[in-house]
Amino acid sequence: MCTMIVHQAKIEGRGKGTSGWFEVKEANVSYDHPYDMPLEHALNIDFVNESAGPGARVAVELSIEAARNLVKTIEAVLAQAEERGVLEDIPLAATGASR
Amino acid sequence: MYQTNDHEGMQAETVTMQGNKGDTINAYYARPLGQGPYPGMVIIHHAPGWDEWYRECARRFAHHGYATISPNLYFREGHGTPEDVGAKVRAAGGVPDDQVLGDLEGALKFLRSQPHVGKKVGVFGTCSGGRHGFLAACKLKGFDALVECWGGGVVMKQEELTPKRPAAPIDFTKDLSCPMIGLFGNDDKSPSPEQVNQHEAELKKYGKNYEFHRYDGAGHGFFYYDRGAYRQEQAVDGWKKVFAFLEKNLK
Repeated sequence: MCTMIVHQAKIEGRGKGTSGWFEVKEANVSYDHPYDMPLEHALNIDFVNESAGPGARVAVELSIEAARNLVKTIEAVLAQAEERGVLEDIPLAATGASR
Repeated sequence: MYQTNDHEGMQAETVTMQGNKGDTINAYYARPLGQGPYPGMVIIHHAPGWDEWYRECARRFAHHGYATISPNLYFREGHGTPEDVGAKVRAAGGVPDDQVLGDLEGALKFLRSQPHVGKKVGVFGTCSGGRHGFLAACKLKGFDALVECWGGGVVMKQEELTPKRPAAPIDFTKDLSCPMIGLFGNDDKSPSPEQVNQHEAELKKYGKNYEFHRYDGAGHGFFYYDRGAYRQEQAVDGWKKVFAFLEKNLK
């Protein structure tokens, strides 16, 4: 059953849902029942915009191995970009980008 | 037992009902056509959401002669596909036990107010709904039978308690007010076979009227024909046991 193991990260970004791109503001990361993966539990990430209703969601469901691999890959890409001096660590709001 | 010359019909539709603290929520209500009286059933959906399986489940109970209501326990979370709403609730750590109990009490009252519903009402839940069903049968008065399918989280460690789930249902076993049937898969992790044993030991301790059925080769959710967890042989046997139990206790 439901483990209820969930953490939320406040994020800045864009996600592509069923109706096109939208602003994502939260990432809900859980280890719980997936909807589609044929596993009892999976590492689920929902990129959402809570203020836009339940349908503003981009979902992925990962095996444990895939989730660990993804974490390492993200860290590796960021490290490489930093090493090459191309990492632009600027909050979205500071860029003046409109939605 | 259905005979081929029986006349059969049902009405099944979305309705509104009064839930916890008088809130209006929606529900799916399926009942046999006719004047009754029919025993009632309250169906509790699992944590992933109020999805199609529970509508089909409600119609299945209606087909077997029960006026059946399945309240949408996530009504307050907004509307969308059952998955999207379920994911929102998952991110919030579920819905509060007290709120669920209020909604289930509302569903019970809804059934009691229907002229075609008889005196007896049962409650059926799977997964977190099994846990909620056990809680309801312990903490609410008025249920005459409980069907608990793989209720995970009936047994909880102290560190698993949260403000929304502040108590382990097993601690209310002495208050269980009706006969119960429990179905479990021996490959399930929650509830694990050890937790099912603890659950049973507590029922024995208080001399409760219960029957437990444990299935080899089945894990969590082995009734869900739309998921890989489905186990045909165990599910067919489990349904037979559920309807035999309800026939004995509600009809």
